[in-house]
Formats: sequence, structure tokens, C-alpha cells
Amino acid sequence: MNESARREGARPYADPYLAGVALGLVLLTAFVVVGRGLGASGAFASVAASTVDVVAPATARSNSFFADHLDAGSVWRDWLVVELAGVCIGAWISAALAKRLSFTIERGARSSVSNRLVAATGGGAVMGIGAVLARGCTSGQALTGGALLSVGSWVFIAGAFAAAYVVAFARRGAWS
Amino acid sequence: MAPFSEFGVLGARGVLIAGFVIGIGFGATLERSGLGSARKLMGQFNLTDLAVFKVMFSAIVTAMLGAFWLSKLGVLDLSRVYIPETFLLPQLIGGLLFGVGFGLAGLCPGTSCVAAATGRGDGLAVVIGMFGGVLLTGAVLPSIQRFYTSTARGGYTIPTLLGVSEGVVVLVVVAIALAGFAFAGRIERRFRAD
Repeated sequence: MNESARREGARPYADPYLAGVALGLVLLTAFVVVGRGLGASGAFASVAASTVDVVAPATARSNSFFADHLDAGSVWRDWLVVELAGVCIGAWISAALAKRLSFTIERGARSSVSNRLVAATGGGAVMGIGAVLARGCTSGQALTGGALLSVGSWVFIAGAFAAAYVVAFARRGAWS
Repeated sequence: MAPFSEFGVLGARGVLIAGFVIGIGFGATLERSGLGSARKLMGQFNLTDLAVFKVMFSAIVTAMLGAFWLSKLGVLDLSRVYIPETFLLPQLIGGLLFGVGFGLAGLCPGTSCVAAATGRGDGLAVVIGMFGGVLLTGAVLPSIQRFYTSTARGGYTIPTLLGVSEGVVVLVVVAIALAGFAFAGRIERRFRAD
């Protein structure tokens, strides 16, 4: 079954190579205009730091990781937070135009809703640990650092994909 | 001369507005390619749909070639583009942990936001889990500071590591990507049949 045509009237997804070149041009635009690449996990870190700063300001200021993410002064003056807000709005507009907006919980045929949500939340948490240690994720390390030929970013790509293949193989029933 | 932010073309407010616009482009291209769908992403790891590889590597090659040639033409000063710093061991261990989470969640941080924004509850769950993981790790990070800052290499690129010119590395990455694209269809056909 063609997944992209799953929803009534939903348009199929774009050609991956065409979408990839478009994504590459967005990344190149970021290099040219703001002198940095794309990111996602850094925005989570900034929002986490701001949250700690509201609840326990002394803790936030004494923790160098949180303190570094409070430099912008306000969370809405943090570049990555503003960029990730754009990501959500851009994704929503794109999905709305292609009639792909729908409230669903995507899961394998044999996977229950609660199993899927536990795997999603737990997986997200482990990813969060990894992204902090690696100083970035698939956006900031793989895409951005990959294009800039950073050694650490290519180490990250190798580690992340190797581990993801092992986990996907161990849980191959979850998505069948 | 670019980057514009480094040469006074763009002020602090302009950089933020540019960030918002660039984010819209980033989110829209991820959504268009279908990477906001965990099922599609898992196709990469079950080898039935290599969209992640195709999208990521055509993006990396496009941006890499663009940055390389704009720098050669003297339009873009690459020394003023921020290169993610290398910390070998934390990035290897962080990468492995990240991959475990990625394989479980079926979405990465950016694509989980795309999934959540387009109505997927599993995407929202990944966003919430991710936030918790970052918060907890950030809180305990001072106690593992030695590990976190170990094997630091600064802005360290593959051409520097190998002692070859940037052009050679760019050429090799393009060749590897093209070879991967040529094989991708064959791999998908084989694993879809199973």
C-alpha cells in the first residue's frame, strides 16, 4: 500500500531527491545569510534551560549547560527556538496545502496505541540524552556538520545510524 | 560578502527573522519529503524505503557543493561559518545513544516537531520525551563534565584529519552519495519483496 496516499485526497510525498536538494538549498541559505546551519535539539535545550530558570533560577545559573543556553536573554531571542517555531509552522502549512493534516497516532499494524506512545516517549528521552552529549542531532550534527565535513559530525552519523539499525532489527515486528 | 550576519548586512533582529523564515523552509521540505512520518522513517532501518538516506544525502551534497563553490568564488567566507566543534568520544557515545532512541521513537528531534505540528500524537510524545531527556541530562551534566569535554578537537574537518585538500573530500563524498543513490532502488526492491 502506498502510505503517502493513505488519507483520502492527500497528495503523495515529493520525490526524495528533489526534496533533498530543496532541503540542501535551505541549509546553504542558512550558511550564507546567518553563518550557521540548521538545528533542532539545541532549541529543546534552550526551552529546558528557560524552564529551569523560571522554577529554580539559582540552579539554572550555576549549571554551565543551562547557563550557556540562557545567553540570549529571552527564549524568543534564541535563534534555534525561533527557527524551530518556523519548522512547526512550515510543516503545518506544507501539510495543509497537500491535504495531509490529520490527527493520528502512527504505529505498526500489530502495535497498540499505548505501546507506540511508550516507545515514542522513551525513545525521545534517550535521544535527548544522546543529543546533549553529542551537542546536536540529525539537524545540527548530521545535516549541518555533515555538509561542513566536521569529523565529530560524521562520527555522530556513523554511531547514530549503526545503533538505529540494531534497534530497528531487534524490534522489527513493531512496524510490520 | 557572506555570511551576511558576519558582515553587518543583518542585525540581531534580522538574524532572528531570517531564522524564522529558514525554519519555515526547513519544516516545509521535511514535510514534503514525508520525513514527518515515523513509518516512512522506519522504512530506512527496515530497508524498504530509503527516503531518509536519499533526502539527507542529496541535502548534504547540495549544501556541501554550494558552500565549497561559493567559498571558491570568494562570495562566502567559510572561516566565518560556525562549524560544529568535535568532541570525539562524547559524540560517538552520544551518537550511539541517539541512534537507540531514534530507532525506538521512529522520529528524530526535527522530524518529531514536523509530525506533532501536522497532527501526529506519536510525534508529540517524542517531543515530550525528548524535552525530558534534555532536561535531565542538562541537570546532571556538571557531574560528567570531564567526559563531556573530553577528546576535544575544536573545529576539526575531514580534509584536516586526512591532510588532503577540501576538493578531494568533496569529490569523494559526492561519489559515495551517487553510488548509494544507484544502489538504493535495488535494496528497496529486495527488502520490499520479503
